[in-house]
Amino acid sequence: MNIREQGSGIRDQKNRFRWSVVSDRVRALGRSVALAAVCGLVLSACAAAQEAKPWEKIPVPPLHAFHPQQPQRIELKNGIVLFLQVDHELPFVSGSVLIPGGSRDEDAAKAGLVDLYGMAWRTSGSTTMSGDKMDDLLAEKAAHIETGGDVDSTAVSWNSLSKDSDQVFNLAMDLLFHPKFDEAKLNLAKQQEATGIVRRNDDEGEIAGREARKLIYGADSPYTRQPELSTIGPITVADLQAWHDRTIGGKLIVSVSGDFDPATMEAKLRSVFEKLPMAKPLPPRHDTFNGPTPGVYFINKDDVNQSNIQIVGLGTDRHNPDVPTLSVMNDVLGGGFASRLFQRIRTQLGLAYAVGGGYGFSWDHPGSFRVVVMTKSASTVDATKQAMDVLNGLTTTPFTETELKRAKDNILNSFLFRYDTKDKVLAERVRLEFYGYPADYLETYKAALEKVTVADLNAAAKKYIHTNKLAVLVVGNGSEIKPGLDALNMGAVHPIDITIPMPKHEEAEK
Amino acid sequence: MGMMRVGSRAVKFALVLAMSVSAMQAASAQKTQPADSSATSAEAMLQKFEKKITTKVLPNGLTLIVCERPEAPVFSYTTFIDAGDVNDPSGESGLAHMFEHLAFKGTKDIGTKDYAAEKVALAKVEAANAAYEAEYLKQVGRDPKKLEELHKAFLAAQAEAQKYVIPNQFTDIAERNGATGLNASTGLDETMYFWSMPENRLQLWAWMESDRLANTVPREFYKERDVVMEERRMRTDSNPIGRLVEQFLATAFVAHNYGRSGVGWPSELSQINATEAMAFHKKYYVGSNIVVAVVGDVDAAKVMPMLERYFSQVPGGPKPEDMTTVEPKQFAEKKVIIREATQPFYIEGYHRPSYHDKDDAVFDAIQDIMSNGRVSRLYRSLVRDQKIAAEAQGFSPFPGDKYPNLFAFYAVPLPGHTPEEMRAAIHKEIDKLKTTDVTDEELAMFKTRARADLLRGLADNEGLSNALAMYQTRYGDWRQLFLQLNRIDAVTKADIRRVANEIFVPSNRTSAEIDFAAPAATAHQAASQKNDGGAE
Repeated sequence: MNIREQGSGIRDQKNRFRWSVVSDRVRALGRSVALAAVCGLVLSACAAAQEAKPWEKIPVPPLHAFHPQQPQRIELKNGIVLFLQVDHELPFVSGSVLIPGGSRDEDAAKAGLVDLYGMAWRTSGSTTMSGDKMDDLLAEKAAHIETGGDVDSTAVSWNSLSKDSDQVFNLAMDLLFHPKFDEAKLNLAKQQEATGIVRRNDDEGEIAGREARKLIYGADSPYTRQPELSTIGPITVADLQAWHDRTIGGKLIVSVSGDFDPATMEAKLRSVFEKLPMAKPLPPRHDTFNGPTPGVYFINKDDVNQSNIQIVGLGTDRHNPDVPTLSVMNDVLGGGFASRLFQRIRTQLGLAYAVGGGYGFSWDHPGSFRVVVMTKSASTVDATKQAMDVLNGLTTTPFTETELKRAKDNILNSFLFRYDTKDKVLAERVRLEFYGYPADYLETYKAALEKVTVADLNAAAKKYIHTNKLAVLVVGNGSEIKPGLDALNMGAVHPIDITIPMPKHEEAEK
Repeated sequence: MGMMRVGSRAVKFALVLAMSVSAMQAASAQKTQPADSSATSAEAMLQKFEKKITTKVLPNGLTLIVCERPEAPVFSYTTFIDAGDVNDPSGESGLAHMFEHLAFKGTKDIGTKDYAAEKVALAKVEAANAAYEAEYLKQVGRDPKKLEELHKAFLAAQAEAQKYVIPNQFTDIAERNGATGLNASTGLDETMYFWSMPENRLQLWAWMESDRLANTVPREFYKERDVVMEERRMRTDSNPIGRLVEQFLATAFVAHNYGRSGVGWPSELSQINATEAMAFHKKYYVGSNIVVAVVGDVDAAKVMPMLERYFSQVPGGPKPEDMTTVEPKQFAEKKVIIREATQPFYIEGYHRPSYHDKDDAVFDAIQDIMSNGRVSRLYRSLVRDQKIAAEAQGFSPFPGDKYPNLFAFYAVPLPGHTPEEMRAAIHKEIDKLKTTDVTDEELAMFKTRARADLLRGLADNEGLSNALAMYQTRYGDWRQLFLQLNRIDAVTKADIRRVANEIFVPSNRTSAEIDFAAPAATAHQAASQKNDGGAE
């Protein structure tokens, strides 16, 4: 319910309580660490016993021929890359300019700078039009221009009806090249950020996710350090401008999609971006990733009746040639309904609604290995042991051909949902360009998935699954967790202090 | 890179699930038609879709909708059941949702090694549970020893039935065949099942979906009940906003089931049995209560006979009778205050009529003008100018739309500001609606944005299948998805003022707030206590 989000969707999306069969939280996690879905352990024993399988008699004809439309890629002499993806289905044009450099590149003493920049850039407006005025103008046209910051990039993006697209594009370019950071809007952004900071310990899931990342990467890592009231307080308009000046000369990636004439659009983009100086790449990063200090960590929250258990370690990045194998392993472990974790902890034992996880891989730095289980306080130890047992099973219970086949079916038969819309194809190409992967990455990745063998899985589990290197984090109600966490027999339980540091009183007043 | 963090870490609440406010609706400016209105008028859009959409009502009453959108070799579907937790019988709150979970457990053909034997074993589970439950519920003379024995017998019966189960086979077949976004949701008003698949699995899907609608088997019910109890703990008990919203609704409604916990009160949810779930299925999962919409790379003329064949096996039967309860007029203002170690929050709601009411679109207009984006009145007033809130919005319908419901407002106070200030500031904005007409620009903006947002949603198989099924159910005609634009066009400034004066009155109001209260010190939390106080 971010107020800055674009309204979209059809009317049915109205406000309702919804209870679903799969936790959105775990689904989201599953997606970020694995590909799609899954495979099962228990099944292998039973499948033979079943006689009739009527579904196998239903014909599956060859899939209709499909050649996803690739966007047109244009590399300018200055290094800037343009992508054009024409799609006339609806009368809209949208676009974005992706700028390398994000919160991992900000000064630790000013953690939160990129967040504030992402918010205040758009709300401040440009030298020719204030943000407020831009709000009015765009709302009247049901159009959007937004800015935002992420861990490794910032961006300006826009969307409008085709008839307004020239005007909206010009406004977006004005914002991109002539921002005018405004003190009042910076303060507004600081208020938003401060609200998030003081509220960050209200929700159990938020605490668990955040503190688990800190265990994996270290509290001071550029990937996890959190904004504090004391780090956002001193940030000035000049800091935002300096950040802008520092990043705007980078290797921009410009992408436009929708209802436009490609020749006209190309000419327009060239006229704007061709005259820019040679793009300067960001200096390479030299981060160190040590992974968590093994052990049991605990955060008490006495207003909950369920524990959020996170078993975490370091993952890998997509340059690793084992990633296709790990992806298949993830499906067996925790992707979907038939995964080992789901089968054991949810279906067989009824210990959790939300359970899942896998070995994560990011694009340009190690992702995280994470297994999440949410269970009632009293079964915390039991559920943790069960999850650890499933993890240990990856190395002690050899993978089977049945599991392999199932996981491959899952991944490969749903593979086309990675490029079933023109926007997804475009987003993938932009992503690959940004992280320096070849344009045919998906195809080679798919080919590699097809070749994964049971031997590969067993070898990967031995190489990557070391439960003695993992940390176990529990956020829950200590007075209800019986037996206590010492019953895990994993050594002393380390409490984590999540106290929110408050600056001196006069500053807090504001 | 990844997901853009627009607005980022600032304020993110788990209450998204309870009240995700999306802008939506549709419109075309009433007097000043934009230049391209010919292409985006309700009639023009409808004309385009008339050519793509085929509907068919089967002899059992089930409605099929097929929408051809051959952009990629995939399809999405939504099965829409016109029943949700509002239909749970008294004492069985959470039943519709429990049944939804059961619908993933397989059928007579899927998920079993020997259905005939399993059926016998499942009957024994029900008998054992009934005996255990009867003893458990005795207020007088409950025998702990007998209870323990009955519980043992119950567990033994479950273990016996479990021998025939192939766990998760239904979802396994779907996922192995490329199902993506496989899930279901139960609202107070309706239950929906959905996924997307490669188009060459359409027949497989039709077989599976019709099979589970017609031949659900109540296997592994009692373990699944434990799973749903965990779902309740996650979303409600262990979530401050979840707790607040449950109390807010329970207070706002005195008679209608909108006031009852959707996932179920713990005492009731924990005693729902499979017999009750199957009775719910028998009553509400009849053809006349079901719409199935398929959108994607499908040729209606080719596939309709196949779909008919499969979905005809869903039992027929009369449309279940509607409920008699109508929420009585509220005549006294009500207020809930939760004092706990959570940062403050404010929400209030006013009873409004259902989606059938002639003023339905007027509420959409009020929502848009009050809440949609940085031009909205609540944002500009509470967030930008007064600088007292991080977020402030009004939204409706809530918690459902089929029956008279609430128009709600909420605000998230900035550090140092109170729910009381949120309340006063929201009331000031409401008063403006009552005493002064909204501007021409605001009204035109609502209509333009509503139409554009409707259009934006049309290029999405999943969203479209969902919307078509819903409009077909709610209005008896999917065309209302587009024709609602005409109702939106008809909203006037006088309508907004009139409705605001009718609805937003103190005696029709229920409010709920969280007031921060430092926790009582215990051994466990000594470390974090300082922090909680400091953040106030």
